Amino acid sequence: MARMELRNVRKSYGSVEVLRDIDLDIDDGEFIVLVGPSGCGKSTLLRMIAGLEPISGGDFLIDGERMNDVRPRDRDIAMVFQSYALYPHMDVARNMGFSMEIRGAPAEERARRVAEAARTLGLDTLLQRLPKELSGGQRQRVAMGRAIIRDPRAFLFDEPLSNLDAALRVEMRLEIARLHQRLGTTMIYVTHDQVEALTLADRIVVLDGGDIQQVGSPLDLYERPANRFVARFIGSPTMNVVPATGAAGGVRLADGARIALPHLGDAGNAVELGIRPEHIDVVGAGAGDLEATAELVEHLGSDTNVYAQVDGLGPMMVRVHGNIAARAGDRLGLKIQARNAHVFAADGTALRRAERSA
Amino acid sequence: MNVRTPTTVAPGETRARSPLYWRYAVEPFVYLSPAVILITLVMLVPLVVGISYSFQSIAILNPLKTGWVGFDNYAALWSDGKFWTALGNTLWWTVASVTLQFGLGLGLALLLNRHFHFRRIVQALVFLPWAVPTFLSALTWAWLFNPVIGPIPHWLAALGILAEPENILGDPDLAMWGPIAANVWFGIPFFAITLLAALQSIPGDLYEAAEMDGASAWQCFTKITLPFLAPMIAITVMLRTIWIANFADLIFVMTGGGPANATQILSSYVFTTAFRKLDFGYASAIAVALLGLLLVYAAILLKIRQKFVKI
Amino acid sequence: MTTRSSPLLSAARYLALALYLGFALFPLYWLLKIALTPDQLIYTEGTRMLPTLTTLENFRTVVFQTPFLSYFRNSLVVSLGTAAVTTLIAAGAGYAFSRFRFRGKKLIIGLMLVTQMFPLLMIIAPIYKMVAALGMLNSLTSLIIVYTAFNIPFATFLMQSFFDGIPRDLEEAAMMDGCTRFQALRKVVFPLTLPGLGATLGFVFTAAWSELLFALMLINSNETMTFPVGLLTFVSKFSVDWGQMMAAGVLALIPSCIFFIFIQRYLVQGLTSGAVKG
Ligand SMILES: Nc1ncnc2c1ncn2[C@@H]1O[C@H](COP(=O)(O)OP(=O)(O)OP(=O)(O)O)[C@@H](O)[C@H]1O
Ligand SMILES: [Mg+2]
Repeated sequence: MARMELRNVRKSYGSVEVLRDIDLDIDDGEFIVLVGPSGCGKSTLLRMIAGLEPISGGDFLIDGERMNDVRPRDRDIAMVFQSYALYPHMDVARNMGFSMEIRGAPAEERARRVAEAARTLGLDTLLQRLPKELSGGQRQRVAMGRAIIRDPRAFLFDEPLSNLDAALRVEMRLEIARLHQRLGTTMIYVTHDQVEALTLADRIVVLDGGDIQQVGSPLDLYERPANRFVARFIGSPTMNVVPATGAAGGVRLADGARIALPHLGDAGNAVELGIRPEHIDVVGAGAGDLEATAELVEHLGSDTNVYAQVDGLGPMMVRVHGNIAARAGDRLGLKIQARNAHVFAADGTALRRAERSA
Repeated sequence: MNVRTPTTVAPGETRARSPLYWRYAVEPFVYLSPAVILITLVMLVPLVVGISYSFQSIAILNPLKTGWVGFDNYAALWSDGKFWTALGNTLWWTVASVTLQFGLGLGLALLLNRHFHFRRIVQALVFLPWAVPTFLSALTWAWLFNPVIGPIPHWLAALGILAEPENILGDPDLAMWGPIAANVWFGIPFFAITLLAALQSIPGDLYEAAEMDGASAWQCFTKITLPFLAPMIAITVMLRTIWIANFADLIFVMTGGGPANATQILSSYVFTTAFRKLDFGYASAIAVALLGLLLVYAAILLKIRQKFVKI
Repeated sequence: MTTRSSPLLSAARYLALALYLGFALFPLYWLLKIALTPDQLIYTEGTRMLPTLTTLENFRTVVFQTPFLSYFRNSLVVSLGTAAVTTLIAAGAGYAFSRFRFRGKKLIIGLMLVTQMFPLLMIIAPIYKMVAALGMLNSLTSLIIVYTAFNIPFATFLMQSFFDGIPRDLEEAAMMDGCTRFQALRKVVFPLTLPGLGATLGFVFTAAWSELLFALMLINSNETMTFPVGLLTFVSKFSVDWGQMMAAGVLALIPSCIFFIFIQRYLVQGLTSGAVKG
């Protein structure tokens, strides 16, 4: 069980600053997911928490105790690597029991705990195998088994599922969620996968360019992104962003359309309007806020994706629930759900919703 | 949520380095220091001393003329005909040896990179010459070239390459081929081993993909094998060229640099000057000249490598 | 790799292999032949492929009537000592190069490259002076130290490529599992580098086994002479007795060949894993 605090944590390699002033409090038992574009420093942050990478500046505390100078082995944190990092020369049982072996736990206790963990993960019959004799999914389980056997005060995962196929990924994702429910241990999880992030996290931390862009619950990030980056990064398909000028009680788009945004206190300094594909409705030509031509229509069964060319504005994507009869070349009207629209100022920050500032 | 506390240290401000920082900073040197200390004491310090010899007169046979002489040794070098002959011979010896060793080594590596019966044992046996002490290889090859006790002159005469079975080691025009042959024999395994290792690390599916694309065997070789081998080729050819240019043992035992300096290369010239004439100052000047040439060569090769090797 | 070669092509391949084998082994055969030929036939039957008479007399003389066994033992001590010490030190240095980023790394690698570039002859006189000043002439220890230094650079690059082939994650996982770095090295990295260690050992052993020039300079007492130097004394002291000399040569070949046959596979294997990263 562990509460973690990062205070102005920095990391630089020589003169290159990779992370700056990271402030983050992680509650006991919380499931935190780190997301961000490739190279933004997610793994680096995770490795600093693990103690595998020295911290260049700031403080890192676990349960109020400063950890900067504590070696990985003394932090009592377990980590699951993307490559699994199973010891190739040890069989599954020894791989899982290795941490107890190092700490000098008696052999019987070790065997008992390994058997117990193997049962939970369905590895009972594989204990005598070498890692090279296992499938990808089995290796993944062994890597998890190695972590849970220690009963650590926190788990770190660095893209643990990225080497698995789609079906297995879903299965293991559920397994991890169950694990978190059962153990209630603090977990920090790095991923590229939106679905993993949105389904697993208590809170998501969005990193970009060495800074934390936003911290919040999945719903928070989806509904109230703090800036243009988070808005476009979270949610799939990606949010449409079009140029706009602020006007009284709303914005005016480049094609002349006015969108009323009563929920915004003041949209005076807006330069862009953001709207998610699922927050646009398709209506008959002439009946919406915008006029468009459908270029491509994808029928997914439960949803329909429409790639539209909007007159005077450019391409926009629309996702409609259920099936609609539109075909490529059709003229459509698009109606923007104003209360789900976002507007951004010139520096990219989202203009606050009135209900939030109130 | 995201509570900011007052910063304890402003960014950029330094504060006492943490123990872990020191551990990370010092640890590599713990692992490295024995190697560095030993190399410094046994190789680098003597190297500097050796270079300083080239600016001194240290002729044991002429003890009165001992002391610093500036660039006198180098001036003498410039007008020494034997030095220029040896330079030409060094070039010939090195280029011929490296080319043959590399070509034949690559051929052997390609042959060994497939499955056939007794592959393991064949591989162990063809690599064997590398384990033979140089001195012994030199003697053996000197025997093989001797028409009284060796078969090679008779074979060459039978093939019409030689007019009669004479000892090529005694013929100024041909003598260099003796040590080159011994050197090739001894050096093929080095290239074969390193290139075989590089070949085995080329992913097999690349060839399959190329085959699907309809590439011929020759195209596979030039478009996949060679580009993948390029980094290994660059580094091994560089190391080997330098090593061979410095390698005087075979020549020293087989011909002693003769006949009439026909096989004298720079490094054997260093050796005879130092240990026959006991003129250490002049020997050092020759050695420094050789070192300079090799450094230039290595620099050029590294530049070329940077340009062409992409992987 | 897929193979769909014509019979002609594979015949050519076997022929080429046979030629390579012949080229590699024929000189060794000749060495053995001379050693087995009785003295009086060496010149008269010089170029016959098979001697009409063979004898083990040369071997007997070499083993029982010359100090050969003592040379042999000295060489064994020097080569094994050099191989063990070099491998240990080079493993440390190779590990540092492979796993750490630190100030001065480029400089140290550069210096190591320089040591591979100059003629060793250049430092033979300074080294002689140093060893003499320390009163360590004629000692096997001084030979071991000198050979170790000579072999460290290449052995280090070799070891580095072996370590590069072992994923860093493994060590980090071990450290997360509670190991100190050294424990991780011992329990996880070391068992995986065994082939690499074997290859380096063998490589250095062979190099030390055949070194002549420095042994010639630093050793001149019969008790501490190594075999290449000892072999030279066959030329000078006992008037040149080729048969005996070749017999001694054959005997001296045995350990390095045995060693080499065992390790060459690991040399290829180890370099393969390292070569992936170039
Ligand atoms: N040892 C290093 N030396 C120098 N720069 C490094 C080093 N390790 C990482 N970096 C840099 O730090 C930045 C962050 O790397 P990191 O591995 O944390 O990214 P990441 O967010 O995990 O990316 P990915 O999603 O691709 O795994 C990158 O720009 C990388 O180039
Ligand atoms: Mg990463």
